[in-house]
Amino acid sequence: MMRRLWHEFTKGIFQENPIFFIVLGLCPTLAVSTSINNAVGMGLAATFVLVCSNVFIAAIRHFIPDKIRIPCYIVVIASFVVIVEMVMKAYAPALNRALGVYVPLIVVNCIILGRAEAFASKNPVLLSLADGLGMGLGFMLALLIISAIREVLGSGKLAGYSVASGFEPALVLSLAPGALLILGLLMGGIKWLKSLRS
Amino acid sequence: MNNKFIVSSSPHIQKSESVAKIMGTVNAALLPAGIIGVYIFGMSSLWLILVSIAVAVATEALIQKGRHQKITISDGSAFMTGLLLAYNLPPRCPLWVAAIGSFFAIAIAKQAFGGLGRNIFNPALAGRAFLLAAWPQHLTAFSRPFAYDSVTSATPLHLLKEGKARDLADMGLGYWDLFVGNRGGSLGEVCILALVLGGLYLLWRGIIRWQIPVSFIATVGVMTWVFGSKEGFFRGDGLFHVLSGGLVLGAIYMATDYVTSPITKKGQIIFGVGCGALTTVIRLWGGYPEGVCYSILIMNSMVPLIDRFVKKRRYGVAQNA
Repeated sequence: MMRRLWHEFTKGIFQENPIFFIVLGLCPTLAVSTSINNAVGMGLAATFVLVCSNVFIAAIRHFIPDKIRIPCYIVVIASFVVIVEMVMKAYAPALNRALGVYVPLIVVNCIILGRAEAFASKNPVLLSLADGLGMGLGFMLALLIISAIREVLGSGKLAGYSVASGFEPALVLSLAPGALLILGLLMGGIKWLKSLRS
Repeated sequence: MNNKFIVSSSPHIQKSESVAKIMGTVNAALLPAGIIGVYIFGMSSLWLILVSIAVAVATEALIQKGRHQKITISDGSAFMTGLLLAYNLPPRCPLWVAAIGSFFAIAIAKQAFGGLGRNIFNPALAGRAFLLAAWPQHLTAFSRPFAYDSVTSATPLHLLKEGKARDLADMGLGYWDLFVGNRGGSLGEVCILALVLGGLYLLWRGIIRWQIPVSFIATVGVMTWVFGSKEGFFRGDGLFHVLSGGLVLGAIYMATDYVTSPITKKGQIIFGVGCGALTTVIRLWGGYPEGVCYSILIMNSMVPLIDRFVKKRRYGVAQNA
């Protein structure tokens, strides 16, 4: 059982990373990966919602009628997103302003809905917890990598502190095209590394 | 008996054309505009051209070596990308900006898509678009012609966009100045005369067809004539818009890139008109003073659609099959 749990937990971080391998949740990835602070905030918020909704949906999976399961998932997810949003507004108003509309948009995040549909609706509570935690951390890890590159090269800062002097940051990397470029290059690089190992 | 019966697969009729020959001809046709650009803007622009070409060729060689492919830098296509990129930059653009642009053009816009013949977008223009988005301050600092110092001046299109001048007379220029290149602008785009002569040479050699350049330039001319003036229709200065900016350079040398333009004549006319319409829209109502680069890139992405749209119907096949 422990091994199974460990497997479900780690697969989301590496082998089935939601951004780099499943390629879900690109909208928040492109939009909020402009700085590490935003990435951590978004990653934590999404992980919390993912874990809670996975556990909750796994717990009530036998009572959800098959034909209306998607609306049921959405109601569950939306409830947790409202909690996250209210907490964020109360304790981290600056982060909330920076993330803007992307906090309420966690409701329709493909990763969360995808895990509910593909995993939590078929598996027991504990496994769903591990899966949600792994996927959430994998999402955060991907956001962190992309945002670190974009922040350093695009605005010459890291976590808000100026790190680069004497080089002119490339504006394009803090815009949406830069996010697509970095994401594409990272995915290509990861594929290449994988091909070297096999 | 010397008449051997040779059995081989098609094509049976071969021309002596090769990638290297075509690229060489285009590069030769481009050279005069560059020489005049160096004459107008000074020796610093020569360095810009050299760095741009060197980085483009070196990047191509390194990537092909890294991917264990045949190294094809001698075919001149990377050379042309570097040359065209330099022609699209302001003469006083820092050399490192040109180097990064060249690297981007070859590594991302060309080799990442599979190399020559597989790139969706014109590499030189993709490099320029990247630079414009990354370091706009360097890509919009143009220098005055024949002033070999660091005095910056705006291009005629900038003056028009910012409302600092209403027509050519306001700028103290005439059509002849625009035609021979006596104006601020990108390195290789200013001397229309040299560009047109090079284009005619390419037409004569059969390297390019007239469809794309003519439909592109004519569309811009007609549309800016119709919509170009705030005082009413049919009062705009079409000739000014044709002669300024990178229109002639783009229409003759970059929109006609074999890889990124349609293959049929009808498709090429659609492509040219589309480029012209987009250029006009960007110039007259968009946020940028010049739109040739973006319009060609946008139409590049439409090429597969255009090619499919104009495909000839095969005889004997049902219409909607």
